[in-house]
Amino acid sequence: MALTETDRPVRQTPPRRPVTRRRQFTGRTALTLFLFMLPAIAFVGMFTYYPLANGISMAFRNYNLNDLSDTSWVGLKNFSTLLHDEMFRGTVKNSLIWVAGSLIPQFLIGFTMALWLRRKFRFRGAYQALVFFPWAVSGFLIGILFRWMFNGEFGVVNDLLMKTHLISTPVPWLADAKYAMVAVIVANVWYGVTFFAIMILAALQSVPEELYEASAIDGAGKVRTLFSITIPSIRTTLALTVLLRVIWIFNSPELIFGMTGGGPANETHIVTSYMIQVTQEGDYGRASAMGVMVVFVLMLFAIFYLLSIRPRKAMR
Amino acid sequence: MIRDYSTGGRIARFIGLGLCLLITIFPLYWILVTSFKDPGTIFAYPLKYWPSDWSLANYRGLFEQSNFAVFLGNSLIVSLVAAAFATVISLLAAYVLARFEFASKGAVMGAFLVTQMIPGFIALGSLYILMTRLYLVDNRWGLVLVYVAVSIPLCTVMLRGFFENVPASLEEAAMVDGCSRLSALFRVLVPVMTPGIAASFIFNFVNCWNELFLSVTLMNSDSNKTIPAALNGFISSYNIDWGSMSAAAVLSIIPTMVLFAFASRYIVEGLTAGAVKE
Repeated sequence: MALTETDRPVRQTPPRRPVTRRRQFTGRTALTLFLFMLPAIAFVGMFTYYPLANGISMAFRNYNLNDLSDTSWVGLKNFSTLLHDEMFRGTVKNSLIWVAGSLIPQFLIGFTMALWLRRKFRFRGAYQALVFFPWAVSGFLIGILFRWMFNGEFGVVNDLLMKTHLISTPVPWLADAKYAMVAVIVANVWYGVTFFAIMILAALQSVPEELYEASAIDGAGKVRTLFSITIPSIRTTLALTVLLRVIWIFNSPELIFGMTGGGPANETHIVTSYMIQVTQEGDYGRASAMGVMVVFVLMLFAIFYLLSIRPRKAMR
Repeated sequence: MIRDYSTGGRIARFIGLGLCLLITIFPLYWILVTSFKDPGTIFAYPLKYWPSDWSLANYRGLFEQSNFAVFLGNSLIVSLVAAAFATVISLLAAYVLARFEFASKGAVMGAFLVTQMIPGFIALGSLYILMTRLYLVDNRWGLVLVYVAVSIPLCTVMLRGFFENVPASLEEAAMVDGCSRLSALFRVLVPVMTPGIAASFIFNFVNCWNELFLSVTLMNSDSNKTIPAALNGFISSYNIDWGSMSAAAVLSIIPTMVLFAFASRYIVEGLTAGAVKE
């Protein structure tokens, strides 16, 4: 596993040349280009933005599929109903636990993996392809896989924990409210680590080698190099990756659907999974109100988050 | 030359990476092993980590006791058609967005990117009503239309990145030679971008194949369900038949894994190109 100059070609993409000549255009060309754009805009407009706009309006109406005789405007009633709904409040709390509990381990493990993978070794390509596989699988199926592994009676998790004497009796992971959240978070951490590893690895590979050489010459230790060179160099990517992940984890109830369906006793329902359940029950007004709240809160979060990371960037 | 790892550090790194690999692979291994166990031995103590006799009974049971062949076919048709349409439509849009400046460009890009921040199921209810009005509920082509729309934004952004790596002089030369813009695009640009386009197609296919909530909402009858919608039905029952379930899970994971293995390098390139700009 000797690392020589030759077996580590610095595979850095050259700075992107402006290959595009952003031309002025008129008449016929404009029409052609418009026709090129039209299908994409039409599809997204029709099946994404139109329902979205309609959904926002439903949030302010009494709209229940089970009784469509009265679909009048009710102002903020759906929202106030939700805010007084114990179940909804519980899902908000669960969402926070779900996001924080998933994100922090994902980040730490993913970062470590990326650091380990930075240096080339013989089977690195194959290794990356193998650990990459969770990406190809839907959260829903991952949930099913882990539902089986965390099975209280015949689950392999209990079996392994008992074999290693970490527990003496089987834990009813998904049947007991105390453990169910832990189990779904473990599954989600497993699911998301690779994403962090890949994103951070890509960022690490863009850090100029000279920086490391300089820090080595200056006699900086490993920890010092990590905090003074590596992290500052990739801070923007780290910050954006974390932001994307927060939004994504918050918005991904598929795994929960596959693993617990929100149970036991709704203890693993997060806001978005509850929203889908309410949609399936037909109360579109209340579900839409939840959707509006989710988007609103996440947007506020994104804005504050981006504002709070900006000053530090300027300080560099 | 950067400092090499010390021997201790190297060992720690290998153990760490090995452990990560083991933990990553294990759930897949476990569902695979479960699916090949004899139905009687799935629920037997002690758990067998390597089945003594391999059996296809779970797979046979799956196809005999459920319409899994139908679900498989539906998933294939819907995902293939939707991914193909989405790729072609995105290709046209990505070309324009990569090559030209116009007033509303920022708005279009913004509108596409916003859809990535908002989950596709946020307006599930009103989408259902829209599809009812179009008589496209419980209709595979209706699901295709929705999947095309859902796939377009990210696919366009990815393809736009691939376009930017191809010099504009290429299609300009073809147009000087008398090609129309459309034929220059398909005859000159598409051939040099094949890996990127294939990766985008695969990415779309996998996303459609895996999609759950839209399919569950829009497809009611068994003859129209895709695999995720069908699995959702399986797990909603009180007694999950883990034999058939594991077989079904394996059959729905394998195709996406194979495809992803081919395309992962390009997909990572496409997805990280936009995010990593230091």
